[in-house]
Amino acid sequence: MLKALGADVRYVKRRDDLEDLDGIVLPGGESTTIGMLLEEYEIAPVLRKGDLPIYGTCAGMILMADEIEGSDQPRLGVMRMAVRRNAFGRQRESFEEAIDAAGVEGGPLRGVFIRAPFVTEVGPDVEVLGHVDGKIVLCRQGRFLASSFHPELTDDRRLHQYFLEKVVSGAPHLA
Amino acid sequence: MEREVGTFRVKAGLAEMLKGGVIMDVTTPEQAVIAERAGAVAVMALERVPADIRAAGGVARMADPRIVREIMDAVTIPVMAKARIGHFVEAQILEALGVDYIDESEVLTPADEQYHIDKSKFKVPFVCGARNLGEALRRIAEGAAMIRTKGEPGTGNVVEAVRHARTVNAEIRRVVAAPEDELGTIAKEFGAPFELVREVHELGHLPVVNFSAGGIATPADAALMMQLGVDGIFVGSGIFKSQDPEARARAVVRATTHFQDPAVLAEVSAGLGEAMPGIEISQIAPAERMQERGW
Repeated sequence: MLKALGADVRYVKRRDDLEDLDGIVLPGGESTTIGMLLEEYEIAPVLRKGDLPIYGTCAGMILMADEIEGSDQPRLGVMRMAVRRNAFGRQRESFEEAIDAAGVEGGPLRGVFIRAPFVTEVGPDVEVLGHVDGKIVLCRQGRFLASSFHPELTDDRRLHQYFLEKVVSGAPHLA
Repeated sequence: MEREVGTFRVKAGLAEMLKGGVIMDVTTPEQAVIAERAGAVAVMALERVPADIRAAGGVARMADPRIVREIMDAVTIPVMAKARIGHFVEAQILEALGVDYIDESEVLTPADEQYHIDKSKFKVPFVCGARNLGEALRRIAEGAAMIRTKGEPGTGNVVEAVRHARTVNAEIRRVVAAPEDELGTIAKEFGAPFELVREVHELGHLPVVNFSAGGIATPADAALMMQLGVDGIFVGSGIFKSQDPEARARAVVRATTHFQDPAVLAEVSAGLGEAMPGIEISQIAPAERMQERGW
Protein backbone atom coordinates (compact mmCIF):
# COMPACT_ATOMS: atom_id res chain seq x y z
CA MET A 1 0.00 0.00 0.00
CA LEU A 2 2.82 2.44 0.87
CA LYS A 3 4.57 1.32 -2.33
CA ALA A 4 1.46 2.18 -4.33
CA LEU A 5 1.65 5.65 -2.76
CA GLY A 6 5.19 6.09 -4.09
CA ALA A 7 7.20 5.25 -0.96
CA ASP A 8 10.25 2.97 -0.92
CA VAL A 9 9.47 0.12 1.44
CA ARG A 10 11.54 -2.50 3.24
CA TYR A 11 10.94 -5.11 5.91
CA VAL A 12 12.53 -4.37 9.25
CA LYS A 13 13.60 -7.48 11.18
CA ARG A 14 16.74 -6.25 12.94
CA ARG A 15 18.38 -3.03 14.01
CA ASP A 16 20.41 -2.52 10.81
CA ASP A 17 17.23 -2.49 8.74
CA LEU A 18 16.21 0.78 10.42
CA GLU A 19 19.02 2.76 8.81
CA ASP A 20 17.87 5.85 6.87
CA LEU A 21 14.18 5.19 7.35
CA ASP A 22 11.79 8.17 7.43
CA GLY A 23 9.02 6.23 9.09
CA ILE A 24 7.97 2.74 10.09
CA VAL A 25 4.70 0.81 10.14
CA LEU A 26 4.07 -1.64 12.95
CA PRO A 27 1.61 -4.05 11.38
CA GLY A 28 -1.12 -6.20 12.78
CA GLY A 29 -0.25 -9.56 14.23
CA GLU A 30 0.31 -10.78 17.73
CA SER A 31 1.61 -7.98 19.93
CA THR A 32 3.21 -10.51 22.30
CA THR A 33 5.28 -12.00 19.45
CA ILE A 34 6.19 -8.71 17.79
CA GLY A 35 7.07 -7.03 21.10
CA MET A 36 9.42 -9.87 22.03
CA LEU A 37 11.21 -9.82 18.66
CA LEU A 38 11.49 -5.98 18.69
CA GLU A 39 13.43 -6.27 21.95
CA GLU A 40 15.60 -9.26 21.00
CA TYR A 41 16.71 -7.81 17.69
CA GLU A 42 17.34 -4.38 19.28
CA ILE A 43 14.75 -2.46 17.31
CA ALA A 44 12.71 -1.36 20.33
CA PRO A 45 15.36 0.92 21.95
CA VAL A 46 15.74 2.87 18.70
CA LEU A 47 11.99 3.35 18.25
CA ARG A 48 11.61 4.27 21.91
CA LYS A 49 13.83 7.33 21.38
CA GLY A 50 10.79 8.75 19.60
CA ASP A 51 12.50 10.31 16.56
CA LEU A 52 11.10 7.98 13.91
CA PRO A 53 7.46 8.47 12.84
CA ILE A 54 5.43 5.33 13.52
CA TYR A 55 2.05 4.13 12.27
CA GLY A 56 0.75 1.17 14.25
CA THR A 57 -2.31 -0.87 13.26
CA CYS A 58 -3.99 -3.22 15.75
CA ALA A 59 -1.02 -5.00 17.36
CA GLY A 60 1.07 -1.98 16.42
CA MET A 61 -1.32 0.26 18.37
CA ILE A 62 -0.95 -1.98 21.42
CA LEU A 63 2.84 -1.82 21.25
CA MET A 64 2.81 1.99 21.04
CA ALA A 65 0.69 2.44 24.17
CA ASP A 66 2.43 3.05 27.48
CA GLU A 67 -0.27 1.11 29.30
CA ILE A 68 -1.73 -2.27 28.27
CA GLU A 69 -4.59 -3.42 30.52
CA GLY A 70 -3.68 -6.42 32.62
CA SER A 71 -0.43 -7.16 30.78
CA ASP A 72 3.28 -6.71 31.41
CA GLN A 73 4.27 -7.72 27.87
CA PRO A 74 7.14 -5.88 26.12
CA ARG A 75 6.09 -2.61 24.45
CA LEU A 76 7.46 0.63 23.03
CA GLY A 77 5.23 2.85 25.17
CA VAL A 78 5.76 5.92 23.00
CA MET A 79 2.14 7.12 23.22
CA ARG A 80 0.46 8.34 26.40
CA MET A 81 -2.55 6.08 26.29
CA ALA A 82 -4.04 2.92 27.76
CA VAL A 83 -5.29 0.12 25.50
CA ARG A 84 -7.38 -2.98 26.04
CA ARG A 85 -6.42 -6.03 23.97
CA ASN A 86 -9.08 -8.10 22.14
CA ALA A 87 -11.46 -5.42 23.39
CA PHE A 88 -14.28 -6.16 20.96
CA GLY A 89 -14.09 -9.92 21.59
CA ARG A 90 -12.61 -12.95 19.89
CA GLN A 91 -12.50 -13.70 16.15
CA ARG A 92 -16.20 -14.62 16.10
CA GLU A 93 -16.96 -10.98 17.02
CA SER A 94 -14.52 -9.46 14.49
CA PHE A 95 -16.27 -7.01 12.15
CA GLU A 96 -16.24 -4.31 9.51
CA GLU A 97 -17.80 -0.91 10.03
CA ALA A 98 -17.55 2.61 8.59
CA ILE A 99 -15.36 5.02 10.59
CA ASP A 100 -15.41 8.79 10.35
CA ALA A 101 -11.77 9.83 10.60
CA ALA A 102 -10.97 13.42 11.49
CA GLY A 103 -8.42 14.89 9.10
CA VAL A 104 -9.05 12.26 6.40
CA GLU A 105 -11.15 13.69 3.59
CA GLY A 106 -13.53 11.91 1.22
CA GLY A 107 -16.03 10.23 3.53
CA PRO A 108 -15.76 7.45 6.10
CA LEU A 109 -13.08 4.73 6.08
CA ARG A 110 -14.00 1.05 6.00
CA GLY A 111 -12.74 -0.14 9.39
CA VAL A 112 -11.73 -3.82 9.46
CA PHE A 113 -11.49 -4.91 13.12
CA ILE A 114 -9.87 -8.28 13.84
CA ARG A 115 -9.65 -9.25 17.51
CA ALA A 116 -9.03 -5.54 17.74
CA PRO A 117 -7.97 -3.39 20.69
CA PHE A 118 -9.41 0.00 21.62
CA VAL A 119 -8.01 2.90 23.59
CA THR A 120 -9.49 3.37 27.04
CA GLU A 121 -7.64 6.52 28.12
CA VAL A 122 -5.48 9.15 26.47
CA GLY A 123 -2.98 11.69 27.76
CA PRO A 124 -3.27 15.42 26.97
CA ASP A 125 -1.00 15.22 23.89
CA VAL A 126 -3.05 12.56 22.15
CA GLU A 127 -5.47 13.75 19.51
CA VAL A 128 -8.47 11.43 19.05
CA LEU A 129 -9.36 11.03 15.36
CA GLY A 130 -11.97 8.27 15.25
CA HIS A 131 -14.47 6.27 17.32
CA VAL A 132 -16.62 3.18 17.06
CA ASP A 133 -19.28 2.44 19.70
CA GLY A 134 -17.94 5.54 21.49
CA LYS A 135 -14.52 3.83 21.86
CA ILE A 136 -11.32 5.41 20.55
CA VAL A 137 -10.01 3.48 17.55
CA LEU A 138 -7.86 6.08 15.78
CA CYS A 139 -5.52 8.60 17.37
CA ARG A 140 -2.33 10.55 16.95
CA GLN A 141 0.35 11.97 19.18
CA GLY A 142 2.79 14.08 17.15
CA ARG A 143 4.71 11.70 14.92
CA PHE A 144 2.83 8.63 16.16
CA LEU A 145 -0.38 7.43 14.52
CA ALA A 146 -2.35 4.42 15.76
CA SER A 147 -5.47 2.61 14.55
CA SER A 148 -7.35 -0.38 15.97
CA PHE A 149 -8.36 -1.39 12.45
CA HIS A 150 -6.58 -2.53 9.28
CA PRO A 151 -6.81 -0.16 6.29
CA GLU A 152 -4.21 -2.38 4.56
CA LEU A 153 -6.92 -5.05 4.16
CA THR A 154 -9.00 -2.67 2.02
CA ASP A 155 -8.25 -0.79 -1.20
CA ASP A 156 -8.53 2.54 0.60
CA ARG A 157 -5.10 4.19 0.85
CA ARG A 158 -6.17 7.40 2.56
CA LEU A 159 -4.93 6.62 6.04
CA HIS A 160 -1.51 5.54 4.77
CA GLN A 161 -1.46 8.68 2.66
CA TYR A 162 -2.26 10.69 5.78
CA PHE A 163 0.67 9.00 7.54
CA LEU A 164 3.08 9.79 4.70
CA GLU A 165 1.92 13.36 4.09
CA LYS A 166 0.87 14.66 7.48
CA VAL A 167 2.93 12.56 9.89
CA VAL A 168 6.18 11.54 8.13
CA SER A 169 6.66 14.63 5.94
CA GLY A 170 5.55 16.94 8.72
CA ALA A 171 7.83 15.43 11.35
CA PRO A 172 10.74 17.60 12.38
CA HIS A 173 13.74 15.36 11.72
CA LEU A 174 16.76 15.58 13.93
CA ALA A 175 19.76 16.78 11.98
CA MET B 1 -23.55 2.42 9.54
CA GLU B 2 -24.20 -1.33 9.57
CA ARG B 3 -21.76 -3.55 11.35
CA GLU B 4 -20.85 -6.71 9.42
CA VAL B 5 -19.57 -9.70 11.36
CA GLY B 6 -17.80 -12.76 9.94
CA THR B 7 -17.15 -11.34 6.46
CA PHE B 8 -14.64 -13.18 4.30
CA ARG B 9 -12.31 -10.18 4.65
CA VAL B 10 -12.38 -10.47 8.43
CA LYS B 11 -11.82 -14.24 8.23
CA ALA B 12 -8.97 -14.13 5.73
CA GLY B 13 -7.67 -11.02 7.51
CA LEU B 14 -6.86 -12.92 10.71
CA ALA B 15 -4.72 -15.32 8.67
CA GLU B 16 -2.97 -12.29 7.14
CA MET B 17 -2.09 -11.17 10.67
CA LEU B 18 -0.52 -14.56 11.42
CA LYS B 19 1.80 -14.36 8.40
CA GLY B 20 5.46 -14.92 9.14
CA GLY B 21 4.53 -16.66 12.37
CA VAL B 22 4.41 -20.11 13.94
CA ILE B 23 1.25 -21.90 15.11
CA MET B 24 1.92 -24.67 17.63
CA ASP B 25 -0.07 -27.76 18.64
CA VAL B 26 -0.71 -27.85 22.39
CA THR B 27 -2.60 -30.32 24.55
CA THR B 28 -2.61 -28.53 27.92
CA PRO B 29 -2.87 -24.92 29.20
CA GLU B 30 0.73 -25.24 30.42
CA GLN B 31 1.94 -26.07 26.91
CA ALA B 32 -0.12 -23.19 25.53
CA VAL B 33 1.64 -20.78 27.88
CA ILE B 34 5.04 -22.14 26.85
CA ALA B 35 4.08 -21.64 23.19
CA GLU B 36 2.88 -18.08 23.80
CA ARG B 37 6.01 -17.14 25.76
CA ALA B 38 8.15 -18.57 22.98
CA GLY B 39 6.45 -16.22 20.50
CA ALA B 40 3.84 -18.44 18.81
CA VAL B 41 1.24 -16.33 16.95
CA ALA B 42 -1.50 -18.87 17.72
CA VAL B 43 -1.97 -22.31 19.23
CA MET B 44 -3.90 -25.35 18.04
CA ALA B 45 -5.77 -26.95 20.95
CA LEU B 46 -5.74 -30.75 20.75
CA GLU B 47 -6.21 -33.77 22.97
CA ARG B 48 -3.26 -35.53 21.40
CA VAL B 49 -0.55 -34.38 19.01
CA PRO B 50 -0.46 -36.15 15.62
CA ALA B 51 2.44 -38.44 16.57
CA ASP B 52 0.37 -39.79 19.48
CA ILE B 53 -2.77 -40.05 17.34
CA ARG B 54 -0.75 -42.07 14.86
CA ALA B 55 0.59 -44.31 17.63
CA ALA B 56 -2.79 -44.78 19.32
CA GLY B 57 -4.74 -45.67 16.16
CA GLY B 58 -8.54 -45.90 16.38
CA VAL B 59 -10.85 -42.98 15.65
CA ALA B 60 -9.47 -39.50 16.36
CA ARG B 61 -12.13 -36.85 17.08
CA MET B 62 -12.53 -33.20 18.06
CA ALA B 63 -10.90 -32.41 21.42
CA ASP B 64 -12.92 -32.33 24.63
CA PRO B 65 -14.44 -28.79 24.84
CA ARG B 66 -13.13 -28.55 28.39
CA ILE B 67 -9.54 -28.81 27.15
CA VAL B 68 -10.22 -26.26 24.41
CA ARG B 69 -11.75 -23.86 26.92
CA GLU B 70 -8.90 -24.25 29.41
CA ILE B 71 -6.42 -23.44 26.67
CA MET B 72 -8.47 -20.41 25.56
CA ASP B 73 -8.42 -19.14 29.14
CA ALA B 74 -4.66 -19.65 29.48
CA VAL B 75 -3.44 -17.46 26.59
CA THR B 76 -4.25 -14.16 24.85
CA ILE B 77 -3.14 -15.28 21.37
CA PRO B 78 -5.70 -16.85 18.96
CA VAL B 79 -6.73 -20.44 19.68
CA MET B 80 -7.50 -22.85 16.85
CA ALA B 81 -9.05 -26.30 17.14
CA LYS B 82 -9.59 -29.23 14.82
CA ALA B 83 -12.84 -30.71 13.53
CA ARG B 84 -13.03 -33.93 11.51
CA ILE B 85 -13.34 -33.56 7.73
CA GLY B 86 -17.05 -33.19 6.97
CA HIS B 87 -18.10 -33.10 10.64
CA PHE B 88 -20.02 -29.84 10.59
CA VAL B 89 -21.47 -30.42 14.06
CA GLU B 90 -18.00 -30.59 15.62
CA ALA B 91 -17.41 -27.30 13.82
CA GLN B 92 -20.64 -25.84 15.24
CA ILE B 93 -19.49 -26.83 18.72
CA LEU B 94 -16.08 -25.23 18.22
CA GLU B 95 -17.75 -22.06 16.95
CA ALA B 96 -20.02 -22.01 20.01
CA LEU B 97 -16.92 -22.33 22.22
CA GLY B 98 -15.54 -19.21 20.54
CA VAL B 99 -12.35 -20.65 19.05
CA ASP B 100 -10.69 -18.22 16.66
CA TYR B 101 -10.05 -20.64 13.76
CA ILE B 102 -11.29 -24.14 12.93
CA ASP B 103 -8.96 -26.58 11.22
CA GLU B 104 -10.95 -29.08 9.17
CA SER B 105 -8.17 -31.57 9.52
CA GLU B 106 -6.98 -34.82 8.01
CA VAL B 107 -5.14 -35.47 11.30
CA LEU B 108 -8.51 -36.56 12.70
CA THR B 109 -10.47 -39.48 11.28
CA PRO B 110 -12.75 -38.19 8.50
CA ALA B 111 -16.48 -38.15 9.29
CA ASP B 112 -17.46 -37.84 5.62
CA GLU B 113 -15.52 -39.37 2.75
CA GLN B 114 -17.45 -37.44 0.13
CA TYR B 115 -18.17 -33.92 1.35
CA HIS B 116 -16.17 -31.35 3.26
CA ILE B 117 -17.84 -28.85 5.60
CA ASP B 118 -19.67 -25.92 3.97
CA LYS B 119 -17.41 -23.40 5.65
CA SER B 120 -19.10 -20.32 4.25
CA LYS B 121 -21.99 -20.94 6.70
CA PHE B 122 -19.83 -20.15 9.73
CA LYS B 123 -18.79 -16.85 11.33
CA VAL B 124 -15.54 -18.44 12.48
CA PRO B 125 -12.90 -18.86 9.77
CA PHE B 126 -11.54 -22.23 8.63
CA VAL B 127 -8.10 -23.46 7.62
CA CYS B 128 -7.86 -26.61 5.49
CA GLY B 129 -5.07 -28.86 4.24
CA ALA B 130 -4.09 -29.26 0.60
CA ARG B 131 -1.50 -31.22 -1.37
CA ASN B 132 -1.87 -29.28 -4.59
CA LEU B 133 -3.46 -26.19 -6.09
CA GLY B 134 -6.71 -27.90 -7.10
CA GLU B 135 -7.30 -29.17 -3.57
CA ALA B 136 -6.51 -25.73 -2.13
CA LEU B 137 -8.95 -24.01 -4.49
CA ARG B 138 -11.70 -26.56 -3.78
CA ARG B 139 -11.38 -25.78 -0.07
CA ILE B 140 -11.41 -22.02 -0.73
CA ALA B 141 -14.55 -22.49 -2.86
CA GLU B 142 -16.17 -24.14 0.19
CA GLY B 143 -15.24 -21.09 2.27
CA ALA B 144 -11.78 -21.81 3.71
CA ALA B 145 -10.06 -18.51 4.59
CA MET B 146 -6.60 -20.03 5.00
CA ILE B 147 -4.76 -23.01 3.51
CA ARG B 148 -1.95 -25.13 4.86
CA THR B 149 -0.10 -27.63 2.76
CA LYS B 150 -0.63 -31.03 4.37
CA GLY B 151 2.75 -32.67 4.60
CA GLU B 152 2.57 -35.92 6.56
CA PRO B 153 1.56 -35.14 10.16
CA GLY B 154 3.23 -36.72 13.16
CA THR B 155 6.30 -37.93 11.29
CA GLY B 156 8.93 -35.27 12.00
CA ASN B 157 9.84 -35.79 8.34
CA VAL B 158 9.66 -32.65 6.22
CA VAL B 159 9.76 -34.41 2.84
CA GLU B 160 6.00 -34.40 2.23
CA ALA B 161 5.66 -30.76 3.32
CA VAL B 162 8.32 -29.90 0.73
CA ARG B 163 6.61 -31.99 -1.94
CA HIS B 164 3.26 -30.26 -1.35
CA ALA B 165 4.68 -26.73 -1.22
CA ARG B 166 6.66 -27.32 -4.42
CA THR B 167 3.61 -28.81 -6.13
CA VAL B 168 1.43 -25.82 -5.23
CA ASN B 169 4.16 -23.42 -6.38
CA ALA B 170 4.68 -25.22 -9.68
CA GLU B 171 0.97 -25.31 -10.39
CA ILE B 172 0.60 -21.61 -9.56
CA ARG B 173 3.46 -20.83 -11.96
CA ARG B 174 1.67 -22.82 -14.65
CA VAL B 175 -1.62 -20.97 -14.08
CA VAL B 176 0.12 -17.60 -14.09
CA ALA B 177 2.06 -18.36 -17.30
CA ALA B 178 -0.91 -19.83 -19.17
CA PRO B 179 -2.77 -17.66 -21.68
CA GLU B 180 -6.30 -16.88 -20.59
CA ASP B 181 -7.96 -19.20 -23.10
CA GLU B 182 -6.23 -22.21 -21.52
CA LEU B 183 -7.44 -21.51 -17.96
CA GLY B 184 -10.70 -23.39 -18.43
CA THR B 185 -8.92 -26.58 -19.38
CA ILE B 186 -6.48 -26.18 -16.48
CA ALA B 187 -9.43 -25.68 -14.12
CA LYS B 188 -10.95 -28.92 -15.38
CA GLU B 189 -7.66 -30.77 -15.02
CA PHE B 190 -7.12 -29.49 -11.45
CA GLY B 191 -10.76 -30.06 -10.52
CA ALA B 192 -10.86 -26.44 -9.35
CA PRO B 193 -13.48 -23.72 -9.88
CA PHE B 194 -12.70 -21.66 -12.97
CA GLU B 195 -13.24 -18.32 -11.18
CA LEU B 196 -10.62 -19.18 -8.58
CA VAL B 197 -8.14 -20.39 -11.21
CA ARG B 198 -8.60 -17.06 -12.96
CA GLU B 199 -8.05 -15.24 -9.67
CA VAL B 200 -4.74 -17.08 -9.15
CA HIS B 201 -3.79 -16.20 -12.75
CA GLU B 202 -4.35 -12.52 -11.97
CA LEU B 203 -2.92 -12.42 -8.43
CA GLY B 204 0.09 -14.65 -9.01
CA HIS B 205 -0.55 -16.43 -5.71
CA LEU B 206 -3.33 -18.15 -3.75
CA PRO B 207 -6.19 -15.79 -2.84
CA VAL B 208 -5.64 -16.64 0.86
CA VAL B 209 -2.65 -17.13 3.14
CA ASN B 210 -0.84 -20.48 2.80
CA PHE B 211 1.08 -22.02 5.70
CA SER B 212 3.13 -25.22 5.75
CA ALA B 213 2.32 -28.15 8.03
CA GLY B 214 3.04 -31.82 8.55
CA GLY B 215 6.55 -32.93 9.48
CA ILE B 216 8.34 -29.75 10.55
CA ALA B 217 10.65 -30.67 13.44
CA THR B 218 13.60 -28.25 13.43
CA PRO B 219 14.27 -24.52 12.99
CA ALA B 220 15.98 -25.39 9.69
CA ASP B 221 12.83 -27.21 8.51
CA ALA B 222 10.77 -24.10 9.28
CA ALA B 223 13.20 -21.82 7.41
CA LEU B 224 13.29 -24.27 4.49
CA MET B 225 9.53 -24.06 4.09
CA MET B 226 9.62 -20.26 4.40
CA GLN B 227 12.31 -20.06 1.69
CA LEU B 228 10.08 -22.25 -0.48
CA GLY B 229 7.58 -19.42 -0.26
CA VAL B 230 4.96 -20.38 2.33
CA ASP B 231 3.52 -17.62 4.55
CA GLY B 232 4.06 -19.30 7.92
CA ILE B 233 4.45 -22.55 9.82
CA PHE B 234 2.34 -25.05 11.75
CA VAL B 235 4.36 -27.23 14.11
CA GLY B 236 2.49 -30.20 15.48
CA SER B 237 4.35 -32.91 17.28
CA GLY B 238 7.71 -31.26 16.54
CA ILE B 239 7.74 -29.06 19.65
CA PHE B 240 6.27 -31.07 22.51
CA LYS B 241 7.66 -34.42 21.35
CA SER B 242 11.19 -33.05 21.46
CA GLN B 243 13.60 -33.14 24.37
CA ASP B 244 13.44 -29.43 25.26
CA PRO B 245 10.11 -27.99 24.00
CA GLU B 246 10.65 -24.48 25.35
CA ALA B 247 14.02 -23.97 23.66
CA ARG B 248 12.83 -25.59 20.43
CA ALA B 249 9.66 -23.48 20.35
CA ARG B 250 11.69 -20.29 20.71
CA ALA B 251 14.15 -21.42 18.05
CA VAL B 252 11.46 -22.32 15.50
CA VAL B 253 9.82 -18.88 15.96
CA ARG B 254 13.12 -17.07 15.43
CA ALA B 255 14.02 -19.25 12.44
CA THR B 256 10.66 -18.49 10.86
CA THR B 257 11.14 -14.73 11.27
CA HIS B 258 14.79 -14.73 10.12
CA PHE B 259 14.40 -17.50 7.53
CA GLN B 260 16.73 -15.78 5.09
CA ASP B 261 19.52 -15.20 7.57
CA PRO B 262 21.73 -18.32 7.92
CA ALA B 263 23.77 -16.70 10.72
CA VAL B 264 20.63 -16.36 12.86
CA LEU B 265 19.56 -19.88 11.87
CA ALA B 266 22.92 -21.30 12.97
CA GLU B 267 22.66 -19.48 16.28
CA VAL B 268 19.12 -20.56 17.11
CA SER B 269 19.64 -24.16 15.98
CA ALA B 270 22.48 -24.78 18.45
CA GLY B 271 22.06 -26.90 21.56
CA LEU B 272 18.36 -27.70 21.31
CA GLY B 273 18.71 -31.35 22.37
CA GLU B 274 17.03 -34.22 20.55
CA ALA B 275 14.37 -33.45 17.96
CA MET B 276 11.31 -35.69 17.87
CA PRO B 277 12.09 -39.17 16.53
CA GLY B 278 11.17 -39.22 12.85
CA ILE B 279 9.43 -41.74 10.60
CA GLU B 280 10.52 -42.60 7.07
CA ILE B 281 7.45 -42.07 4.86
CA SER B 282 7.90 -45.41 3.03
CA GLN B 283 7.47 -47.13 6.40
CA ILE B 284 3.90 -45.85 6.61
CA ALA B 285 1.39 -47.98 4.70
CA PRO B 286 -0.44 -45.87 2.09
CA ALA B 287 -3.75 -46.41 3.91
CA GLU B 288 -2.17 -44.96 7.08
CA ARG B 289 -1.05 -41.72 5.40
CA MET B 290 -3.10 -38.85 6.76
CA GLN B 291 -2.46 -36.71 3.68
CA GLU B 292 -4.66 -39.06 1.61
CA ARG B 293 -7.71 -38.07 3.65
CA GLY B 294 -9.97 -35.51 1.98
CA TRP B 295 -10.00 -34.95 -1.77
